[in-house]
Amino acid sequence: MITTRRAFIAGTAATAALAAPMLARAASGAVVVIGAGFGGATAARHLKKLDPNVEVVLVEREASIVTCPFSNAVLGGSETMPGITRSLDALKSAGIRIVRGEASGIDPQARSVRLADGSRPAYDRLVVSPGIDLNFAGVRGYSEAAAERMPHAWKAGAQTVLLRRQLEAMPDGGTFIVAPPANPFRCPPGPYERVSMVASYFKANKPRSKILVLDAKDAFPKQGLFQAAWQAEFPGMITWVAGKDGGKVESVDPAAMTVKCGFGTQKGDVVNIIPPQRAGAIVHAAGLTTDSGWCPVDPMTFASTRAANIYVVGDASIAGAMPKSGSSANAQAKAAAAAVLASLAGRPAPSPALINICYSLVTPDYGISVTDVYQVSKGKGITPTPNAGGLSVRAPTDLGERKLEAAYARGWYKNISADTWG
Amino acid sequence: MRALRVIVPPLAVLGATLFAAPAALAQDGPSGQAMVQTCYVCHGPDGRSAGPVPALMRGQKEFVVRQMLDFKADRRPATIMNRVAKGYSDEQIAAIADYLASLK
Repeated sequence: MITTRRAFIAGTAATAALAAPMLARAASGAVVVIGAGFGGATAARHLKKLDPNVEVVLVEREASIVTCPFSNAVLGGSETMPGITRSLDALKSAGIRIVRGEASGIDPQARSVRLADGSRPAYDRLVVSPGIDLNFAGVRGYSEAAAERMPHAWKAGAQTVLLRRQLEAMPDGGTFIVAPPANPFRCPPGPYERVSMVASYFKANKPRSKILVLDAKDAFPKQGLFQAAWQAEFPGMITWVAGKDGGKVESVDPAAMTVKCGFGTQKGDVVNIIPPQRAGAIVHAAGLTTDSGWCPVDPMTFASTRAANIYVVGDASIAGAMPKSGSSANAQAKAAAAAVLASLAGRPAPSPALINICYSLVTPDYGISVTDVYQVSKGKGITPTPNAGGLSVRAPTDLGERKLEAAYARGWYKNISADTWG
Repeated sequence: MRALRVIVPPLAVLGATLFAAPAALAQDGPSGQAMVQTCYVCHGPDGRSAGPVPALMRGQKEFVVRQMLDFKADRRPATIMNRVAKGYSDEQIAAIADYLASLK
């Protein structure tokens, strides 16, 4: 435990006056948060909510956040880009200082963050929520330039718009190839929701079209629910090829719009390559990762096990059984915020409460879900609570319930957005 | 705590006492507050839902306990709450209800 400069000054000032105010001020300090996505924005808001005296600086590269949740609905045409774009204004109103810029480095000794513009905001505690970086080199022939022909659309924004335009321009009877990566990656059920949303669009607009899923994996989340729904809603449209059956993409040729896998060379009219991923660049430079490319953390607090006074939440963290999702990031950020404040006050960290709620849409009126409530211990890490959680029941037989879960999926989006960005 | 111990003796004494408690002495499970805060992803901040997910009932401890126990035992059908409620012990459900009851 090293006393922070700010706590030191606050403590000295308090001593000069009375002992009591010292206690009240003990939790104050400066926290810098990197990234205003689900993890970072939740951490910033929660810190301020739990302790209005704490100074919170939120560093974000973009002016607003385009969420990955519901970006698949944009691809399917049932959602719009403004509908998945979140403003940072309410965070400002909550007393959080937003610094627009790219964090290019962390100095754990000086306890400061280096921004691309040369400024160096100092912190007592740092929360890092950088999300993912795409490993373009993980697929031979793929690159950032190739993604202009074969979009990944795995960071929502311009890539989402590009892929939607390509799908709109595709003739009826065309083939859409989707290539999901091996685990772990952001939003494990996401590729299959994407397939579903695009299939819904094809069914209504281009019914002779086909979707070919070339998978690096042999199984995927909610697989039974998805495949039953595909058979019922889009018979004959979707072919899924498992990694063991040659589905893993070995190389791509963006000029020819072909994809080479164990299953042969396939030509697509629209090709969506979802490359392997790793934690966002900032944590690599700071030495917060293992060889896996992700950040090890204390499961009780989300404190980095690699550097003092730094916490990592969201997709970048290695969080046991929790999937890399916006919902996971939100829960992790609250746990980290409580741990940060306890640490600043010199209290033991409280036990975290961790949960993940994940909805997927098959059609705009057909929702499925998976959830887990987690147990956390130093020894076992983060594990699902036995005999709890799991997949939607009464699926796919009860279409009324599927419609209700689709409505709740949209309700989840509204409410988690309000909880995260205000 | 080095600097505080030298310069601010009263806080240093307090700090030393707190730090003597190892992290393992932290309570065994999450507080009612921590658990309820995870509900907000679906039910909205402070349980104020923008719809159509139902808002959380504040200030109604007995009602919340009964609903959660009914979800947990599959006495009340739901889309997802049966699966969620099974993740909590009866004591945790009481703590959840206590915190919700305290919310204005």
